[in-house]
Amino acid sequence: MRQKCNPTEFLAKNLQSIPPSGIRRFFDLVSEIDDVISLGVGEPDFITPWHIREACIHSIEQGETSYTSNYGLKELREEVCKMYIRKHGIHYNPGDEALITTGVSEALDIAIRTIVNPGDEVIVVQPSYVAYIPSVIFAGGTPVPVSTDVTNNFKITPESLEAAITDKTKAIIINYPNNPTGAVMKRNELEEIADIVAEHDLFVISDEIYECLTYSGAHTSFASLEGMKERTILLNGFSKAYAMTGFRIAYALAAPEIIKSMMLIHQYTMLCAPISSQVGAIEAIKNGDTQMQKMVREYDRRRRLIVRGLNNIGLECFEPEGAFYAFPSVKNTGLSSQDFAESLLNEKRVATVPGDVFGSCGNGFLRCSYAASKEDIKRALDQMEEFIISLK
Amino acid sequence: MDNQTRNILEILEQDARTSHEDIAELTGISVDEVKQKIDQFEKTGVIRKYKTIIDWDIAGEDYVYAIIELKVTLQRRLGYQAIAERLYKFDEVRSVRLISGDHDISLTVRGKSMKQVAFFVAEKIATLDNVQSTSTHFVLKTYKEDGVILYETEQLKRLPISP
Repeated sequence: MRQKCNPTEFLAKNLQSIPPSGIRRFFDLVSEIDDVISLGVGEPDFITPWHIREACIHSIEQGETSYTSNYGLKELREEVCKMYIRKHGIHYNPGDEALITTGVSEALDIAIRTIVNPGDEVIVVQPSYVAYIPSVIFAGGTPVPVSTDVTNNFKITPESLEAAITDKTKAIIINYPNNPTGAVMKRNELEEIADIVAEHDLFVISDEIYECLTYSGAHTSFASLEGMKERTILLNGFSKAYAMTGFRIAYALAAPEIIKSMMLIHQYTMLCAPISSQVGAIEAIKNGDTQMQKMVREYDRRRRLIVRGLNNIGLECFEPEGAFYAFPSVKNTGLSSQDFAESLLNEKRVATVPGDVFGSCGNGFLRCSYAASKEDIKRALDQMEEFIISLK
Repeated sequence: MDNQTRNILEILEQDARTSHEDIAELTGISVDEVKQKIDQFEKTGVIRKYKTIIDWDIAGEDYVYAIIELKVTLQRRLGYQAIAERLYKFDEVRSVRLISGDHDISLTVRGKSMKQVAFFVAEKIATLDNVQSTSTHFVLKTYKEDGVILYETEQLKRLPISP
């Protein structure tokens, strides 16, 4: 008889250091309960605007079903680069400084693989999107979490960043407007970070996917700071602004040497982003601003509703200035994030995401997405209030 | 237009019954300010009227709608405005628009039956001095009314939790 196989023994070692996803666990819990009001969703509650869908349908009817250039359609790269000149005054060459990717998720993965050698340290500012730390580990790097705090409105402080830098530090991953906190950083605050980045000769991966969802003043792109364009891999996409999550379409902008290397991975793993999604993205960027701004105004109104509502029911919540998340503290209830979120779900059928799944410094907080209807937000707040009263 | 004005008007355009308290929460201004602003909108005619879009088919009332396009002749000292006035005073006429293209004026007319609408047009509209010709199009089905889709089949399908 042949030797029996134990598949577990074949698993790569670096995968074992990645803890099971806290979001995944919560997803399973929510799936077992009917009629849940969900504030746990990390995507818009709008369907992609019709003109964008219609452009995709038309392109399929016209037989646009082939591969595109590995870099992505030239027209899309040109439109993206034009937009960056228009909005941020940053000049990228569509020929060799732009790469169209399958969502920011792919862009993030190949960006990290492009600059990280085994043993390199990558600073991840937390609370953070759940993919950053695993992506660093996949690349053989060592993630170094740096905490932010509600007392600083979840902005990075120069001191905490300095303290985390060693001679192995290669890069830092930042994400403003931030998922899960909704924090933004203003130009003068980013300048302080840029000083440290230059002083220690670091690279920056700046995930600016929530750029368009900024409610107080204009978004500052990290690459627009003096001397930072060459040091930054800028990641952005269409999912949040144009409600196109399922299209999986995004882009990376960086120096030609970096894009060339990212392309090397991209061409052998993804080949190119789906052509229909690229066509949709062109339509979004050319004609989507009116509807996008309408969605942003709608989020902004709900933001006020939820932030004030949370504060009124006794969950202290700083004012998020971007993305579509409120990040209230549940510390005064005496419960951990996990316990609060789980009991709230079981007893009141309101789904939120416990803050610690975004890093240990998120413990004591909840992520409440306001990409939900006004009615759902109000119902959820009522239920949460009853829940808090029941704790006393 | 300032942001607050746009916000209040967008909220009311979507749902005229939104309470002043809700509008205050959604816009971040006080209830008193909301009241003041809305009073002002009503006075200046920015807000013309609050009304309800009713699907009379479901309610069981068989209304017949028709779009009537008119060609008109203008007379000295009698412009489009004067003709429009003669038209919009009829109760049966739901809307009156001056339009570009082959015709000059477009009406929406509502009646109890096709016959009633046809007679109304033949007797009251076509016989007006300034009306040169009429072209009547009966409405068979309304899919979207003033921005509201009446036969919406689309539903957002999202996972209940996502990162």
